[in-house]
Amino acid sequence: MTDTRTTRSTRRRKDAEAPDRGILSLADWRRRRVRVTTRLTHLILLVSLFVVGLGPILWLAKSAVTPTQDTLRQPLALWPNGIDWANLGEAWTRVEIDRYFFNTVIIALGVWFVQVLVATTAGYALSVLRPRYGKVVVGLVLATLFVPSIVLLVPLYLTIVQPPLLGQSLINTFWAVWLPAGANAFNVLLVMRFFDSLPREVFEAARMDGAGPYRLFRSIVVPMSRPIIGVVSVFAVIAAWKDFLWPLLVLKDPAMQPLSVRLPQLQQFIELDVFLAALAIATVIPIALFLVFQRLFLNGASLGGAVKG
Amino acid sequence: MTQLTPTTAPPPVPEAAGTIEHATGPGRRRRGGLLGWFRGDGPHTLVFLLPLLFSFVLFSWKPIVDAAVMAFQRTNLITPPEWVGLDNFATVLGDPLLGAAVVNTLWFAALALLLGYPVPLVVAVLMSEVRRARGLYSALAYLPVIVPPVVGALLWKFFYDASPNGVFNTIVGWIGVGPLPWLQDQATAMPSIVLFATWSAAGGTIIIYLAALVGVAPELYDAAEVDGAGVWRKVWHVTLPQLRGVLLITFILQIIGTAQVFLEPFLLTAGGPANSTMTVLMLIYKYAFQNSLGGDYGAATALSIMLAVVLAIFSAIYFRLTKSWSTS
Repeated sequence: MTDTRTTRSTRRRKDAEAPDRGILSLADWRRRRVRVTTRLTHLILLVSLFVVGLGPILWLAKSAVTPTQDTLRQPLALWPNGIDWANLGEAWTRVEIDRYFFNTVIIALGVWFVQVLVATTAGYALSVLRPRYGKVVVGLVLATLFVPSIVLLVPLYLTIVQPPLLGQSLINTFWAVWLPAGANAFNVLLVMRFFDSLPREVFEAARMDGAGPYRLFRSIVVPMSRPIIGVVSVFAVIAAWKDFLWPLLVLKDPAMQPLSVRLPQLQQFIELDVFLAALAIATVIPIALFLVFQRLFLNGASLGGAVKG
Repeated sequence: MTQLTPTTAPPPVPEAAGTIEHATGPGRRRRGGLLGWFRGDGPHTLVFLLPLLFSFVLFSWKPIVDAAVMAFQRTNLITPPEWVGLDNFATVLGDPLLGAAVVNTLWFAALALLLGYPVPLVVAVLMSEVRRARGLYSALAYLPVIVPPVVGALLWKFFYDASPNGVFNTIVGWIGVGPLPWLQDQATAMPSIVLFATWSAAGGTIIIYLAALVGVAPELYDAAEVDGAGVWRKVWHVTLPQLRGVLLITFILQIIGTAQVFLEPFLLTAGGPANSTMTVLMLIYKYAFQNSLGGDYGAATALSIMLAVVLAIFSAIYFRLTKSWSTS
């Protein structure tokens, strides 16, 4: 399974991503001076990327299990004098990082579900079923991309405090974070673009065989759109994990708060080594997701550029 | 705001949507007005659109209209909102902090451009020539984007410790500089914040540039070589002109992003020292949520609308000026 995937991906890279030449031609590569300079530059680049990109994360991993005094006295020592695994346990239980961690997970899962639901159903309705009024809806969705999110901050907060029809404030409920996440124009456009690129003959054929709109969605469109659902999912989870200002505003009860909101406040009253352990715990899931779904992340990131461009 | 007026139209009752179809002519598959709409996919399409309509009406379209209205009202959530004309705008414009916030935000944007705009471009161009293990380069470059910004900010706050034993002070000490005050001093606080912001965002831009670099047709380089161009001239005359579309977009996106900077100064310096890192968005936050007398929502929305209008005007001028340059 992994084998076929890697061969496929390398083939694809050869085909589409990297043509047999870039800025430097084969003739350039044959020139000794060019070759040596390029190799050297690449080595320096790799070392700098390693130090700048991975360095702080490795430092955090080390300091999470280092006693406070070591970290303060020699912050850049490569190897700590003593290893204090208890930091992690203490952060997890005594500081109740576990609770904030699970809050973050619940928030991320809810945001993921809402965003995938809105994006796929809307993409299906607008790109496959294509109602007459679809263009108006697409236009209105597109228009929101041009409104800076800051304009929405206060009115959105007041919507959560006094939601229409509900008669009950959503402050201090996870709904306050889950529901507004659905209004993401970027996701809708991404999914629409993908559905537009699917061959319409498949849909027509399914229609001929008597599939209704729900059957078509469940049996044809969703299975075919796994790649784009993957991209939307990854971005939804990471964005929910990163979000700070919005949960800070709507989740005032510390027992409901995610890690991102809680960590800055914890800093004031816990020891440095336990605090760094807590920071490390907060970073583990995003990094793990990135390592597993690397290709999805990087393709998605460049897709972001394509849509924005 | 004119394009926002039809916001009330999209949650159409089925009849309304049906009449639209009826008026504009038959659908693609089925003919025949309201009845056809009902027998066809019409109602089912609406079912699929419900999640979008629900979330966008409540959490995007309505709040945008609300913002435009609230800027001219006094709202305190207890008594009904009251119209106050341009009072909110007067309050904001009369605030002595506004000048500082605007200057700081501009300073942040300028520093972020100086640092954050060329670095990803140079790195991406160099990376595009890597033949082996390019995935490793991309992954390393993208890692800081994955680190939650709150974790990154708190970590860097520790790195910026102003004592000689601080992480960054130890590093600059190796080359005989420092110890620097970093976040503690009015002069160095903003550049320190920008350094962190660049670290946490550059990876995304690098990946976007890399994707664009792969799209440059190799024939162009061949042609340049036939004309006798060396490596540098190929970069200057082929690579950069080919990237100009992406470069133009990332430039304006970065401006719009930096104008709304909040998390970095909020967590690293809380606007200090002496308001030297107080940004426009922090001021909006302060009006609405840090007011002991209850939030001044009117002033907050007034300021956010002014910011949005300035950004819109800036983008319009920008695209007008670069129009001839972006189309080939």
